[in-house]
Parts: sequence; structure tokens; C-alpha cells
Amino acid sequence: MTVESTAASKPRRSSKRTSAVKTPARTSAKTPAKTPQSSEPELVQLLTPEGERVEHPDYEIDLTAEELRGLYRDMVLTRRFDAEATALQRQGELGLWASLLGQEAAQIGSGRALRDDDYVFPTYREHGVAWCRGVDPTNLLGMFRGVNHGGWDPNSNNFHLYTIVIGSQTLHATGYAMGVAKDGADSAVIAYFGDGASSQGDVAESFTFSAVYNAPVVFFCQNNQWAISEPTEKQTRVPLYQRAQGFGFPGVRVDGNDVLACLAVTRSALERARRGEGPTLVEAFTYRMGAHTTSDDPTKYRADEERASWEAKDPILRLRTYLEKQGSADEAFFTALDEESETLGKRVREAVRAMPDPDPMAIFDHAYADGNPLVDEERAQFAAYQASFADSDSAEEGK
Amino acid sequence: MAMEKMSIAKALNESLRKALDTDPKVLIMGEDVGKLGGVFRITDGLQKDFGEDRVIDTPLAESGIVGTAIGLALRGYRPIVEIQFDGFVFPAYDQIVTQLAKMHARALGKIKLPVVVRIPYGGGIGAVEHHSESPEALFAHVAGLKVVSPSNASDAYWMMQQAVQSDDPIIFFEPKRRYWDKGEVETDSIPGPLHRAAVARTGSDLTLVAYGPMVKVCLEAAAAAQEEGKSIEVLDLRSMSPIDFDAIQTSVEKTRRLVVVHEAPVFYGSGAEIAARITERCFYHLEAPVLRVGGYHVPYPPARLEDEYLPGLDRVLDAVDRSLAY
Repeated sequence: MTVESTAASKPRRSSKRTSAVKTPARTSAKTPAKTPQSSEPELVQLLTPEGERVEHPDYEIDLTAEELRGLYRDMVLTRRFDAEATALQRQGELGLWASLLGQEAAQIGSGRALRDDDYVFPTYREHGVAWCRGVDPTNLLGMFRGVNHGGWDPNSNNFHLYTIVIGSQTLHATGYAMGVAKDGADSAVIAYFGDGASSQGDVAESFTFSAVYNAPVVFFCQNNQWAISEPTEKQTRVPLYQRAQGFGFPGVRVDGNDVLACLAVTRSALERARRGEGPTLVEAFTYRMGAHTTSDDPTKYRADEERASWEAKDPILRLRTYLEKQGSADEAFFTALDEESETLGKRVREAVRAMPDPDPMAIFDHAYADGNPLVDEERAQFAAYQASFADSDSAEEGK
Repeated sequence: MAMEKMSIAKALNESLRKALDTDPKVLIMGEDVGKLGGVFRITDGLQKDFGEDRVIDTPLAESGIVGTAIGLALRGYRPIVEIQFDGFVFPAYDQIVTQLAKMHARALGKIKLPVVVRIPYGGGIGAVEHHSESPEALFAHVAGLKVVSPSNASDAYWMMQQAVQSDDPIIFFEPKRRYWDKGEVETDSIPGPLHRAAVARTGSDLTLVAYGPMVKVCLEAAAAAQEEGKSIEVLDLRSMSPIDFDAIQTSVEKTRRLVVVHEAPVFYGSGAEIAARITERCFYHLEAPVLRVGGYHVPYPPARLEDEYLPGLDRVLDAVDRSLAY
């Protein structure tokens, strides 16, 4: 497997594609030509939407039946968790939810490519990656319920907190990777972001820094086609993976609904980083089946047919087809997994409902690591104010 | 060395050298900090002695400098980043405000962000646009950051030591027009806390509060007022966040009059915060309203007009007279 021969360095159908980009004169300024990624995308695929195993010259993968079942289980449980969280938002238990529906293969494939000592910098939608890192899914819900800004210790799973500001974390990942290289460690770092974030200056700066310092970082862009209501065409005029070339490192586009391809491509990029060969941009070409978050309404900005066309590429269905064809999983496996899914859903539901509001005094607790006299003063004022209610409450009770 | 006379620039350089020497996790990052030693030569000679891995020339991208410093801090390093000039910090403002300031709290204290952001700031050197601003209030308003500025060589040396050792992110404003002012640095003495204000001159009739470049102006004003028989106390704030209100209160309870002086625009400036808090704390002690002297609510003017814009001796003395006239 050579990384030098990835799609970035040898685009297989590049001449046709390049000409489409190079001749904007043929189109009016008001209606720019459809960018290449919206037509038939060139991508690494190992499992077709029909569940057929195909080979790719640069990316091979050989998994046992047990490993295949493991990937399937990861995707099914992640989808079940996501569905439960969406339902909990509709029931008023969560203030907001960012669903990953449709992106399970991109997240599980890349997440399972990681080693324990690798470090992950997610956005706010990487529930499947968190699952792979061993972060308890109920911890992901605290910020969406409004009881914290992230309920886990980033260093206990090497999974950083969710980052809301778009693209910021790509720089943190790059800096962290620079530190890994300084330490002489052979671990790697992965930064997740979306097609919308690719427009952010921080992402461009992280490409620059990682290339200049040869940082062991993999940029994993889940191009789910939509940045809230804005299509990828509003973010870029070239296929996203090709951006890497201009920064001096390889980019590769992978079928983001193909868990095997996502695993193989990410693993290869991570190995490249470990070998000291620097960053890689992986563009996982996928689709966000649901809304951006529970606050928006995709029916206002995209056609039903589009969603329907992606339903046919469902990442879970295609692996199930393959497992069944191969005889790698029997009915008992699927039945047991259904039960496990329901158990998970129930556990998540109960955990969310049992989540207590934090102690109001806690807002002062971690404003500063070394303390701050102003915070101390305001804490004391707030405590006295709170205590004044306690006095009147007990006075009421005494009547 | 125990006692040595050196410029603020040299004191900062010596302090950074000591930090690099003491802790292998300390890094210096920024534009031109390596071979050139920074445009003000504050990092002069450090790359030569500590290597390119410790003193890192970065791409010209301020958000990238601060953002990667955050990542390095998460990995256990203690980066000191240089923003070349005050007006160039804004591309990094997002990373500083939304990430650097909040990450410790967001992680419920489980991670620390020991990053120092050094910013040469303020006017008075005849520079072009974006090279003379005083944006300290914009940072002081953000919880999670500490904002400091030394006014003399000794503080430059020691406050930098304390900033590097702090587990909190520190915005370290360096008064660029004072870089070449010399003072005694006692390198063996143990300083007080980073946020502690210092009495730069004792007096009994009025308190002048200033920090960074304006401390010198206030000391000159106090000396001039002395000739007119007025006894002015000058308080060097040193830290704009947090602010040592106890020290100001102590002084104001003695002098009963307060004038706050800074280069930044008066409107929404740190003087407003000081005036409000001291009015609350010292209402019955004050003989006059707290007055403020500072920049106007206009873009920083072209260099030929900066002497009109910046608080000078006469404007400070005018405020002193107004306060004493109550």
C-alpha cells in the first residue's frame, strides 16, 4: 500500500475533471457550473452500495468475520444511540441534538483505524468516533442537555471535548501533533471537521502549519454535502480532497458510506503520519440524512429525491448484505444485536432523565486553574445571595 | 547575578532565557522570533542557544500560532507565543476568546492551558496603523484570561517568570515604547503575586492609577505636582485582570481622590471598571468623582497626531487639578 499513489497524486479521471474546473468561461457568472464533486465522485470504495466487495489497487483490507461483525455492531449501536438522542430532544429532555444519521461508516471506519495512544479532536457530531474511543455515550449528552460543556476527561480516552466553533479544533490537533513529534512518540492525531468548516481560515492555517512542521495529523473531513442549509458548492469550487495538494500533502476521497474503505484509508493515513511523513487529508464523501441539528428543517433547503438517492447507499445496510452473503453473521447475531440496541437505548434514556442539574456554585469552580480574587469575591457574593433564599425558605417552613 | 541594571527589553529576554533553561517544556513561537530575534529583539539569541525546536519561527498566521499553541499545551508543553504588534492579535482573537480562555472550564478543570500570549502594545513610537493600539480591555472582559502589563524592568523579568509558571492563559502586554527604559532587576528576590498592584510613589492628596506605559507619565506628573505642593500617590496596577481593588481602595481611603490613566479609549476602558468598583467601595471616602484620562473614541490616529491622542503630562495634571477643585 503506497500513499504516494493516492487519488491526490494520481487522480484517475483527472483530465475530464480538471477541464471542468478550468473553463469557467463556458458558464455564466450567475450560474456557475456544478463542481465536480456533485457529479460522479471519484472515490476509494471497497464495498459497493449493493454489498459487493471490490478491490482497490492502493487500499486493501483483510478482516476476519468477527472484525466485520464488530464494525457492523458499532454502526448499529451508534445509530441506535443517535436515534434515542433525537427522540430525547423531541421529548424535551435535550435542548439540541446534532444527529450523525448516515455518517456511521465514516465515523466507525476512521474511529476503528485509531490506536489507543492516538488523539482525536472532534467537532460536535462525532458520536460514533466517541463510541470507538470508549467514551460512554451518555457523557456526550450533558452538553446537549445543558448540564455541562462536555462531561468527559479528554485525556482518559484521548478524545478531546466537542468543539462548537467551526474548524477551531483542527489547529489544536495540529499543535498537539507537533507536540507528539517533539516527544518522539509514534502516535498520530486525527482532526474531524465538515465541508462547511473547510471554508474556515483555521482549517487552512492548520493545513499550512501541519505541512510546514510535518506534523503527524490526519484531517478527516466528513463531506456530508450540507453545512446547515448551504450545499458544498457554496464552500468550494474544487473537490475538497484536492485542496491538500496546494498545501503539499496528499488528499484522498473515500466513499464515506463504506466502512471498510474508511477504515483502510484512515489506517493508511495514520501509518503515514506515524512514519514521519506528515499530514493527509481524507475527504469522506457521505451524506447527513437528518437535519444539521434538531433546530433546522432540511425540507426547506433540499429535495426529497436527494435524500432518497443516498438512502440507497446506506452504510449499515450494505455491510449487512455483505455479512449475510458471506455467511459471516447469522440470524442469532442480528437478533442479539437488536436486543443490545434496545438495552442501550433504554440505558441512554434513563441516564439522561437522571442527569441532575449542576450545583449553581459550580459555575465559579473552573474559571481559572490558579484562582482569581475577582472570581472568589463574586463566588462569595453569589453564595450569600443564594443563602438569603435559604433563610426565607426556612422561615416559610417555620410558619 | 543578583542586582543588575537593564532595559525592559533585556529583562524580558533574560526572563525568557531563564524559562527556556529551567523547563524543557517551555517553547517560544511566533513570527520572526528565531534568527531575527523578534522585530523588537525580545527573543534575541534564544533560537541560537535553544534551537529551532524550542524557539519556533511560525507561518504568518496569528490564529494558527495561538491555535497550535493550544494543542501543544494540551500535549503538556508551555508555549509562549509572540504576537508581533497589538493590532495583529485580532486574527487570533477567536482562538484566544472561544478556545484558550474557556477550555479549562469546559473540561471541568481536567485540562490546563498554560499559554502566554506576548503582545507589544501601545503608541508613542511613531508607527503606522495597527501598530499602536491598546486592546487590553477586550481581553480583560473575557473570563478565563489573565491580563497583565509590566511598567519597569524588574516587573518585566518577574512577571514573565510568573506568567510562564501559571497554569492559566496569560495575555502579557509589553509597553513597547518603554522597551529601552532601564531599571534595576533584582533577580534573586521573590516577587509578590502576579495580580498585586504596587505603590510606585507615595502621596496623600490624590491617587493616580496606571499600568504599563502610563506609569512613567504618572510618575512625572506626580513629580511636577510636587513642585506645586501637591502630594500624589501613584499606583502601578500591573494586572488588568484581575484588578487589585484592595490596593486601590487602601490608597483612595487615604487620599480620597482617584484619577485613572490609560492609553486605551476611555469609553468602556479599564478606567470605567475601576471607577465603578471604587465608587462602590469608597463612596463615603471620595471627595471627588473618579476621573479618567485616556484615548478618545476614535481609531488610533496617524503617528503625527498621536501626541495629541495619548495622555501626556498636561492632560494628567489637568485631571489632577479638576479632582482637587471639588
